[in-house]
Amino acid sequence: MTTTLLDRPESTRIVKAPPPMAMLAELTHRCPLACPYCSNPLELTGIKEELSTAEWIDIFDQAAALGILHLHLSGGEPASRRDLVELTAAASERGLYTNLITSGVGLTEKRMAELAEAGLDHVQLSIQGSTPTMADHVGGYRGGYERKMAVAGWVRATGIPLTVNAVCHKQNMDELGDMIDLAVDLGARRIEVATVQFHGWAEKNRTALMPTRAQVERTNVLVEQARERLKGVIVIDYVPADHHSTYPKACMGGWGRIGINVAPDGKVLPCHAAETIPSLTFDNVRDRALSKIWYEGQAFNAFRGDDWMQEPCRSCERKHVDFGGCRCQAMALAGDPAATDPVCIRSPLRKGLTEAAERDAAATPDPFVYRGR
Amino acid sequence: MTQEGGITIDGATVAKLARGVRLREDAVRGQKVLLAPERAMALDEIAVKIVEALDGERSLDRIADDFAAEFGAPRQRIADDVAAFVQELADRRMLEVIA
Repeated sequence: MTTTLLDRPESTRIVKAPPPMAMLAELTHRCPLACPYCSNPLELTGIKEELSTAEWIDIFDQAAALGILHLHLSGGEPASRRDLVELTAAASERGLYTNLITSGVGLTEKRMAELAEAGLDHVQLSIQGSTPTMADHVGGYRGGYERKMAVAGWVRATGIPLTVNAVCHKQNMDELGDMIDLAVDLGARRIEVATVQFHGWAEKNRTALMPTRAQVERTNVLVEQARERLKGVIVIDYVPADHHSTYPKACMGGWGRIGINVAPDGKVLPCHAAETIPSLTFDNVRDRALSKIWYEGQAFNAFRGDDWMQEPCRSCERKHVDFGGCRCQAMALAGDPAATDPVCIRSPLRKGLTEAAERDAAATPDPFVYRGR
Repeated sequence: MTQEGGITIDGATVAKLARGVRLREDAVRGQKVLLAPERAMALDEIAVKIVEALDGERSLDRIADDFAAEFGAPRQRIADDVAAFVQELADRRMLEVIA
């Protein structure tokens, strides 16, 4: 019988970790949009269980002391929190670099100005397409596109740097060139282009979202050309479709190495999808200090270092490049969170994965199963 | 809307850090870091000096003159180092160019 390291008592399984660089603060799971690839867990936290203003501020205190530099205020839709300005001010006072990740819905011109006054450093605004028709279809929210255009203008007026976030999939990938041009017109300094990740809610929409190989290849070329053409105008960060790649992504920059995620109810996770792994136990900041959770928590130590790896990862020369890929994807597709990410060309599951991706990519898209509708 | 082209840095350039880009003491790691959207760059002493010199008033030529005098180092080499680093910051959209 094989014993995985997860079975050992917590105290014997601690790998030395550097201080965390970034925190994703999921202030709420409430969201006006209904994106069919929502990355929040299938079980959402209700408003009654959300951390209070004072509890969040205490977390920011602990985060700054722990060495966290970047704080991402996210959700759900963080603007759904009435105390967003207060939280931003508190984080900023503690020296944290504050980044608001928003759909734009719930912001007003006045609130944007208050956020700027509170010291907000950066705004990431999502767009779901280059036209109102596509964007509102994907977000499941009529009028969303127009609102986003207005929000971008308010951000620009404050001088806060703007990044446009564009999630790409079968239905909007062919408009990516227009989305990049739109981001430039909106005055964005950066655009983050990410292909849908197929676990969580997106799994319900595979035929509607899975891009074809031809789409992915065109997009790869388009991004390279746009980077060259727009050098010094806009920075393009691009996460390609991993079902069509050779090797997996270095998910989270390695488990428990860089990022820390706090869920709306105070649960602390190594990544936003970590709750899909049943063998992990998660601490809550309501019960335990953040530093203890980061350095000693079971979930954070489960996949630190490389002792947990199996073949083909264990002897692979890329094991410190991509860290074996995404643990949640390994769980979802291989049924084992310590398996090689099945998108890796060296995984025995890759062939089946490619076939399934090609089948869903070629299929007529089923109607979206929207989140929360 | 007019599209701003990429910025080419030369000796006459006057620049400062753009809003959303700031230099910070990182006490936990004992270093100085330049923070920007999705970026944290640990800077060595020279890079810190250059960033601090980007005051939105002095040109890069002036900064190179001042460094050459302060460190007694060859001016041309300093000017090249400053220009290369500042161009990198500009390409990453981390600068506001005043002139």
